[in-house]
Amino acid sequence: MLAKALAIGIGAIGPGIGVGLIGAKALEATGRNPEAFGKILSIMFLAIAFAEAIAIYALVISFSIK
Amino acid sequence: MIEQAVTTQTEIVYENTIFAEPIFHIGGFSVTNSLLTSWIAVVIILIISFKIKNKVNLVPRGLQNAMEALIEFFLDLFDSITGSREKSAKFFPFVFSFFLFIIICNLMGLLPGVGTIGQVVAEGGHKVFVPYLRGGTADLNATLALAIIGVVASHIFSVISLGFWKYFNKFVNIKAFLEIPRKIKNDPAIILVNPIKFLVGLMEIISELAKIASLSFRLFGNVFAGEVLLASMSAMLAFGLPLPFMFLEVMVGVIQALIFAILILSYLSMMSVEEEH
Repeated sequence: MLAKALAIGIGAIGPGIGVGLIGAKALEATGRNPEAFGKILSIMFLAIAFAEAIAIYALVISFSIK
Repeated sequence: MIEQAVTTQTEIVYENTIFAEPIFHIGGFSVTNSLLTSWIAVVIILIISFKIKNKVNLVPRGLQNAMEALIEFFLDLFDSITGSREKSAKFFPFVFSFFLFIIICNLMGLLPGVGTIGQVVAEGGHKVFVPYLRGGTADLNATLALAIIGVVASHIFSVISLGFWKYFNKFVNIKAFLEIPRKIKNDPAIILVNPIKFLVGLMEIISELAKIASLSFRLFGNVFAGEVLLASMSAMLAFGLPLPFMFLEVMVGVIQALIFAILILSYLSMMSVEEEH
């Protein structure tokens, strides 16, 4: 039981920080160049999905521990 | 002990299992509920394709208009990754079919009858509820199969467009060793650099396996975790609470399909160009 909780708990720290950083940099880039917002938004979604994938790996492990 | 066994038999247990449950068997092959749903998704795609194919007007209206807008959008998106319109047009049918299949499978997992209509089966001492239909990509087999098809296809495209010797040198970089005696007069540092290039080529083999694992687990994890999340939210309060999570799931389904397709496209286009120095 504890293993399941620890797996997802510790595994979500890194991606959480990562997604926050991606969002911060995207907003900063938009502030510098508000016209490029559309392009920045689509690349931001792509980068967020990559970062989330690590959290999802941890979630799958936590589901498969008995 | 005997009283405990009797009481657990009258309770019906439902839990989201990681492995899809088999519904019926054809010969020795068991058909699971996720497989059934993906067959229905394929039938939907076939119906849409035949409807558009039969009457193609020069000035599009209705369903044909929507599909043409979608295809234009995707060709532009693929252009920004491959760099040229003719390459995008070459890869487009292959990658777009990944996108269409995955998005229809993901969205079908959210429909009202999927995951709720089923039968009660006695299994291992207690009764378990087995639904007839379940999201097609919520099964690790399906996503693993899609990932393997994508990565193997990128290798095959690479052999077709580069030839076997150049493809082989991407991974086992023998050309690096053959170049040492030829270029050592012009560039003496090459005796240190090229063995490193050889080892990097060997590491590329391992990163191919990592590509397969990450593609399949990303898609499977997102869809499966969404199912479990919706089930837990509905168990808490079935009337208003799942609504924002439904929106989240629809968005996640579309985004994950897009990401899978874009990643497959970037693998295809990366493998079919030669590496520059």
